[in-house]
Amino acid sequence: MAFAFLAPSLLGMLVFFVFPLAMTVYYSFTAFDLSNPPKWNAFANWRYLVGGDPLIGQATLNTVWFVVVLVPVRTAGALFVAWVLTRARRGAGLLRTLYYMPALVPPVASTIAFVFLLNPGSGPVNTLLAALGIDGPGWFTSETWAKPSLTLLGLWVLGDLMVIFLAALLDVPAEQYEAAELDGANAAQRFRYVTIPNMVPVLLFAVITGIIGALQYFTEPAVASATAQGRAPVGQGASSLLGWPGQATLTYGQLLYSRAFGSNLLGYASAMAVVLFVVTAVVIAVLLRRFRAFTPEVAS
Amino acid sequence: MSRRRRTWPVWVADHAVSLALVVCFVGPFVFVVLTAFMSGRQAGTSFAWPTSWHPENFARVFEKLPMLKYFGNSLLYALLATAMMLASSVPAAYALARIRFRGSGLYFLAIIAMMLLPPQVTSVPLYVMWAQLHLTGSLWPLILPNLLGDAFSIFLLRQFLLTIPRDYTEAARLDGCGELRTLLRVIAPMAKPGLAATAIFMFFHSWNDYYGPLLYTSENEAAWPVSYALAQFRGARSVDWDLTMAATLIAMVPVVLLFFVAQRAFVQGVTLTGVKG
Repeated sequence: MAFAFLAPSLLGMLVFFVFPLAMTVYYSFTAFDLSNPPKWNAFANWRYLVGGDPLIGQATLNTVWFVVVLVPVRTAGALFVAWVLTRARRGAGLLRTLYYMPALVPPVASTIAFVFLLNPGSGPVNTLLAALGIDGPGWFTSETWAKPSLTLLGLWVLGDLMVIFLAALLDVPAEQYEAAELDGANAAQRFRYVTIPNMVPVLLFAVITGIIGALQYFTEPAVASATAQGRAPVGQGASSLLGWPGQATLTYGQLLYSRAFGSNLLGYASAMAVVLFVVTAVVIAVLLRRFRAFTPEVAS
Repeated sequence: MSRRRRTWPVWVADHAVSLALVVCFVGPFVFVVLTAFMSGRQAGTSFAWPTSWHPENFARVFEKLPMLKYFGNSLLYALLATAMMLASSVPAAYALARIRFRGSGLYFLAIIAMMLLPPQVTSVPLYVMWAQLHLTGSLWPLILPNLLGDAFSIFLLRQFLLTIPRDYTEAARLDGCGELRTLLRVIAPMAKPGLAATAIFMFFHSWNDYYGPLLYTSENEAAWPVSYALAQFRGARSVDWDLTMAATLIAMVPVVLLFFVAQRAFVQGVTLTGVKG
C-alpha cells in the first residue's frame, strides 16, 4: 500500500531529480546549444569554468557575499523582531500581522517598490536623509551599495523566519528561565545559556534554508538590476540586464541562467550546475554534522 | 493596575522598539499606496503626498497592459498547480508519516534533497525535455510536475500528519479500514489546517514565481503571469512609478485576501516548516 501512495512521487523523483541530475553531469562534458545536439568535448567546459569565464569570479564572490552577509543579518534580524514580539504585552497579534505583511508581497513587487523607495535622486528614503542633513548613497545604482540595498530588502520580508522563531521562543520552557534567574543569570546570560541552546534546531533550519536560498538567489537582484536601469526584467533580452551596476549584483545562479539561455552555452552552464549542486550538498552535510555534534550538549 | 494610569508618553517609551519596527515594516506600504494614487508627473518626484488623487491609475493599468490576461494565466498556474500538488502529495506524505516500510527514512531524505536543490541545477535538462515535448512557451512545464508530487509540500504535509496522534490511524485500522479509507475518512478531515496551509504555500509560490516563467515563457508574452509581467510600465524616459505601484497593489490582492481568510492555518504552517523533522 505504501508503494501505491508513493508511486507518483517516486516517478516524479526519477523524472525531475535523478534523470536531470544525470543529464547535467553528461551535458557538462559536451558542446551543446538549443539548435544542435550535444557533442562530446571532454573537459573544455570545465577548463573554461576554472580559467576562461571572465564573469564567474565576480558572480561567485557576489553569491558568497550574500551567504556571508545577507543570511546572518536576516537571521539575526528575524530573531530580534521575534524577541520584540515576545515582550509585547498587548497587541502582539496585530504587531505580528504588521511585521509579517511585507512577506506577502510578491518578490517582484517588493523589489520594484524598494528600487522606488531607494531611488537616489528623489526617493522617499534619500529625501528623508537629506532633511536630516545626510547625503544619501546611490543604493541600487551604486556598485558599493547595491548588495546592502538587497540586504535591506531581505530584512523587510523576514516575516516567515520571524513566525518560526516566535513559535520556538515561546516554546522555551519557562522553568529554565526561572532556574537561571535563581542562579543569578542576567538577561544576556539567560539569552546565551537558555534561549540559544533551545533554539539550536530552529536556528540550524534557518541557516540551512537561508544558505540554500542565497546559493540560488535570483529574482530580487534580477528585478532590481533591470528596474534601476529603467528597463523591464522580462522577455528574451532579460539575461542581458542582469548584474547591474557593473557586475555588483550578478549571482552565480544568474550567470548560470545567462550562459545557458542568453549565450546558448548549455554544456558550459551544465558544468556550472554540477558545481552548484556539489556546493549545496556539501554545505548541507557540513552544517548538519557540525550541529549534530553539539546537540547532546544542549540536551543535558 | 498602575499600567492603566500611565500617560501616553510612558506608553510610547515602553513600546518604542515595537513602534519603530511598525514604521520600518509598514512605512514602505504607505509610500507605495500614495504613489499609486499620484499623477504620472508627480510620481517619482520627492513630494510624498499626492497633490491630486488619481484612482483611475488602477483602471489605466488594465488599459495599458493585458492585465486580465496575465491574471488569468497566474490563476490557472496557481490553482492547477495547487490541485495537482494535493492529489499527488497527500498520499505520499501519509505513507511517510504513518505507514511503516523499508527505506522510508531514505525516501524522506531524498524528498529533503529535492526540496533543497537549487532550481538552476536542473534547468538545462528540464528545459531541453520540455522543448522536445513542445511545451516551452507555456506555463505547463511549471504546472504538470505537480502531478508527480512536490517535495516541499510532501515535507510540510508529513510534518502536519505526524502531529496527529497515532491512535486514530490504529483505531481506524482495527475497525477494518484500509489505508486509503483511513486517509480519506479519518486523517484528511483532521488534517484540514495542514492541507490548507500547504495549499496556500503552493498557491503563493506559483503566484509569486518569477524564475519559472522567465525560463519557460519569455518568448511568448501571451503566457506571462502577473508577477512576471508586473515590471513593464515604462514611460519615454523612465519607469511609470504611479502605474507600477498601482499594478503592484493589484498583484497583491489575491495573496492578501487568501492570507486574511486563512491566517491561522497559514501561521501554523509557517511554524511547522521550522520544526525539526
